Amino acid sequence: MKIAVSATGGSLNAQVSSVFARCAYFVIVDSETMKFEIMQNPAEGMMGGAGPEAARQINDRGCRVVITGQVGPNAQRALESFGIEVVTGATGTVKEAVENYLKQK
Amino acid sequence: MKKIAVASGKGGTGKTTFSVLLSKVLSKKYRVHLIDCDVEEPNCHLFLNFKEEFSEREDITVFTPEIDPEKCDYCGKCVEVCRFKALLLADKTFIKFDELCHSCKGCIFVCPKGAVKEGKRKVGEGFFSEIHKNLFLSFARMTVSQARPTPLISELKSKIDKKADFVIFDSPPGASCPVVEVLKDSDRVFLVTEPTPFGLYDLGIAFEIVKEMNKDVCLVINKSGENDFLIEDFAKKKKLEIVLKIPFSKEFAKKYSDGEIDTDFFPDFENKIFNLDYSH
Ligand code: SF4
Ligand code: SF4
Repeated sequence: MKIAVSATGGSLNAQVSSVFARCAYFVIVDSETMKFEIMQNPAEGMMGGAGPEAARQINDRGCRVVITGQVGPNAQRALESFGIEVVTGATGTVKEAVENYLKQK
Repeated sequence: MKKIAVASGKGGTGKTTFSVLLSKVLSKKYRVHLIDCDVEEPNCHLFLNFKEEFSEREDITVFTPEIDPEKCDYCGKCVEVCRFKALLLADKTFIKFDELCHSCKGCIFVCPKGAVKEGKRKVGEGFFSEIHKNLFLSFARMTVSQARPTPLISELKSKIDKKADFVIFDSPPGASCPVVEVLKDSDRVFLVTEPTPFGLYDLGIAFEIVKEMNKDVCLVINKSGENDFLIEDFAKKKKLEIVLKIPFSKEFAKKYSDGEIDTDFFPDFENKIFNLDYSH
């Protein structure tokens, strides 16, 4: 299963970004293999509509879970419509956030 | 017909006071249509004898896409074309983000199946009222969740009393799109300011926009007093005329807070307004 984590940098050791739609990067982790890919967030600098756009990009990559600090209402609605699970309140590094999430499963 | 915009860099500088004074005075001799363009917080009607039950009321709507599931084949072209990201397609369900939609109709244009239909979304209410036989007022109130005032302003502007000698636009506060929307159709702009450092700062911003738009502009000082030199220096530098000074008066302020803007209060005010040169 693919998990997208909003991040301030492009690595597993980067900090989880406190915002979803306007974060700099998404680190997409495969929970089975723990392999990851980096995606620059194309919605970061958008004037409006960043929430739906970021959600769409993540859905297109096949992610089923989003881990982040917080999500705005538009992003929330979009992620829900795609059936993507949203985990908020995450802090620390991307790696820690994913591990915490998998532990709680 | 002369179209006059009353503007200021920010709210609370006496913009409404001046718009109402100007409208009331001019309507003694001319037919005047006052249009309150502050659709987020309209307030001119509070100072005029406005009665909602005697006014015309209408819903103001904007275009919103409605997708016909019979015709749609879910190709996703409408989602792709929308640069405001107001549409999403999750499997076979459309998600619309109303507050992101700019009603540009790009989605109608691009749909190969003719599946996007014209829908309507209410964004506010418009009011039109005859205050007396020479003075007409219109204003609009934006529906709370709606974040863009411009469609309401264009709607107000599209319904100008054709017989009016003067149209007065009370502009929204600030210096962004809605203000530009109001200013672009006016022949002359009155910038209302207060003689304080903050007032001067906001005036500077407002003036830049008006100048950029190549509008004929003059100044009005509200709460005029010993610090008028702040504005006078600015006016001299920019070669602007200060056409009117509204002195600060406790009695006037009291009446104002009771919802009254009294044209008789400043005795020479009427003459000054009629003697202003509107021929620009
Ligand atoms: S462009 Fe037309 S046919 Fe294609 S998904 Fe949109 S509404 Fe449906
Ligand atoms: S009208 Fe324009 S902004 Fe609204 S959904 Fe269609 S393409 Fe997007």
